[in-house]
Amino acid sequence: MHAVIQYVISIWVPLVCMLVIVGVLPLCTGYIVLMERKVMADMQARLGPMRVGPHGLLQPIADAVKLLLKEDIIPDEADKAIFWFAPLISVTAGMLAISPLAIGPWFQIADLNVGLLFVVGISALGIFGIVLGGWSSNSHYSLLGALRSAAQLVSYETAAGMAVVGALLLAGTLSTREIVAAQGDYGTWFIFAAPVGFFIYVVASIAETNRAPFDLPEAESELVAGYMTEYSGFRWALYFLAEYTNMVVVASIATTLFLGGWLRPFAGTRAFNFLDYFPSALMILVGAYCFYRAPKQPVKVQQLFMMGLGLAFFGVALILAAPLLAPKGSLVASAMPGLHGAFWFLLKVGSYIYLFMWLRFTFPRYRFDQLMRLGWQFLIPLSIVNVMGIGLALVLHRHWGWSHWTAFPLTTILTLLAAGYLGWAGEKKDKEHVFVGEQ
Amino acid sequence: MADERIPFATHAESTVLGADEIVLNMGPQHPSTHGVLRVKLRLDGEKVIGSECVIGYLHRGVEKIAEHRTYQQFAPYVDRMDYVAAVSNGLGYCEAVEKLLGAEAPPRARVIRVILTELQRIASHLFWLGTHALDIGALTPLFYCLREREEILKIFEKYCGARLTTHAFRIGGLQYEAYDELEKDVERFCQPFDKRVDDYESLLTENRIWVGRTKGIGILTAAEAIDYGASGPVIRASGVKWDIRKAMPYAAYDQYKFEIPTGKNGDTYDRYIVRLEEMRQSRLICLQAIENIPTGPIMGKVGKVLKPPPGEVYHAIEAPKGELGYYIVSDGTTQPYRVRIRPPSLINLEAFDKMIRGHLVADVVAIIGTLDIVLGEVDR
Repeated sequence: MHAVIQYVISIWVPLVCMLVIVGVLPLCTGYIVLMERKVMADMQARLGPMRVGPHGLLQPIADAVKLLLKEDIIPDEADKAIFWFAPLISVTAGMLAISPLAIGPWFQIADLNVGLLFVVGISALGIFGIVLGGWSSNSHYSLLGALRSAAQLVSYETAAGMAVVGALLLAGTLSTREIVAAQGDYGTWFIFAAPVGFFIYVVASIAETNRAPFDLPEAESELVAGYMTEYSGFRWALYFLAEYTNMVVVASIATTLFLGGWLRPFAGTRAFNFLDYFPSALMILVGAYCFYRAPKQPVKVQQLFMMGLGLAFFGVALILAAPLLAPKGSLVASAMPGLHGAFWFLLKVGSYIYLFMWLRFTFPRYRFDQLMRLGWQFLIPLSIVNVMGIGLALVLHRHWGWSHWTAFPLTTILTLLAAGYLGWAGEKKDKEHVFVGEQ
Repeated sequence: MADERIPFATHAESTVLGADEIVLNMGPQHPSTHGVLRVKLRLDGEKVIGSECVIGYLHRGVEKIAEHRTYQQFAPYVDRMDYVAAVSNGLGYCEAVEKLLGAEAPPRARVIRVILTELQRIASHLFWLGTHALDIGALTPLFYCLREREEILKIFEKYCGARLTTHAFRIGGLQYEAYDELEKDVERFCQPFDKRVDDYESLLTENRIWVGRTKGIGILTAAEAIDYGASGPVIRASGVKWDIRKAMPYAAYDQYKFEIPTGKNGDTYDRYIVRLEEMRQSRLICLQAIENIPTGPIMGKVGKVLKPPPGEVYHAIEAPKGELGYYIVSDGTTQPYRVRIRPPSLINLEAFDKMIRGHLVADVVAIIGTLDIVLGEVDR
């Protein structure tokens, strides 16, 4: 690798990443919220935010300003110190958890050898913020929300942890960087080796981040806003920030563990090398769409804004295309893995978050007892079976010389059979268990 | 005081570990109490061991107002009771006064009344479906439901200029002649509507979470439903085939063929299914009605000044939410001596405590939603 790049990566990139995570992540969170509102609008036959900036593109900034300027109300009866401090715990935990995650081979703050353990541990600390916030608010809604949140996290963290263990068995390391490298060595992403594990992680991570259909801690139709009920203004925004940061964290974990991290699809296959042009092509398409939409904006400023946005996308396309076009061995050409790695990583994270949104607007909400039953009676046993299945496949592969192509499908089928049995048994139990009130 | 009246569960059966109960006050400002209902819940953890509904936050004294208005003047007030189904309210009142006068609306007026009332039933059920699904956490159906409801409101707007509190009917018939494209508009709405209901069903009916949240929740057996005086979809979901449109036909309902959908278990899921089927049946009634609208006058001979002979009358119609009854006493003057309204929402709400006991907090909103209450009507 080029010496200059080596120097930049080891010294400057972590510093810049740190600043970016603290400074830009809140903005990104705002845009994830905007994306969510737009996706929701699209699914519900309406337009979503359209007023602030063209297509509502400046809405997150307007929202942030509004929240900053709002009065910070602390209820008289609240435990003030804890009430004041609780949101900070959530946000700090969420942001800290990002540090060992590698956004492409270049952009990483710290390559810890216990990377994933650190992420899982720290992000679980965020629950303290929720529980303390709910408790200190001195309101029944907040208390119920906090209790639900704690119970939910304890139940689903177990399943998520076991799903992570499955993938770790395959990778044989906890370092995020090496996990992705291991997927490159295998020649396949772990989602294909352990699809059941991925499924468990998706469900458990939705529950962990308190998103619908598991958004009971803040179920607005039941608990008003759950643990956030008494919060307002910027302190409320911090909880919001924590929630979306957690989404990014779990999406990054899933990407790293199951979706091949920053690896391009078919990374090892020469025939698919044309996919290297996909990032630039996508950016050019988005930029062109901005130019196409520009004349339809009602105000001149908005037209210029759209054109500027289009130009920005073209610029990104150029940056992404430069390493491909530059002569081999040059400084620019050696920037390829870093830039394209970051692109693929962010694309996968974005898709995972989109999946979250899609589920949110499609499903009704679980009830608390149903949520617990799903966690303890289905997901946790299944995640244990999944770990055993992967272990079995690895034994077959390493000690008995089976090929990947027979060992993993076999254990996957066994795990699916177990899932079927668990589902059937749960259904049977549900039928016997008649929920009768005290009449 | 209130606690003495409501038989809450006794302490021994309510707690296992001797932990104190929580009294949770839901409303009157709460996103899913459908207005200003206030529910006091006694909770053991998340389990509801007793409840008390506090109503009256939207009391406007509608019945008292009636005593100081002439019969015609009072008609717009009834629209403000169940503001989600104003047309039905108006129909009930107009027919009650007509009965008191011994007059009858001409056939053309009666058929147009049926069309608008059935459209209103669909609109009311759509609104119910959207908000009920929202309470249970499904965000999306609301917007589809409101999209269809909008079409109905547009028809109302074209007919009488108002969308919500329409005051569409007059005592003795109609004030406005039907506009030229009424049949076409109704048909344009009704023809694809069946498919739309299928769409809602595809989002909810077989969804595991939806079924889990609604099946077996808030069960009301047929006997209990009758004891509580429940009516409308609530009693039909319990398996009682009771529909005033069939039992005591009014307006022009005896001319049309339709089914009375009933449920079996009387739970939240059955009420959901019954209401969806009712929307389909209302659509069929509308389609039958627009095929043959009789010609002729739209206003019967009732005179400008209404002076019903002394006496009393009770007239009930099948409003979207149940039996909407008007009991009017006349003393021979231009103003009613007493008007008593039987709002279906209030009577159905009385079964709430029975339905909620032993369920969880999350089921409170499901049960409030499934009763389909409108607080304007509960409090009057």
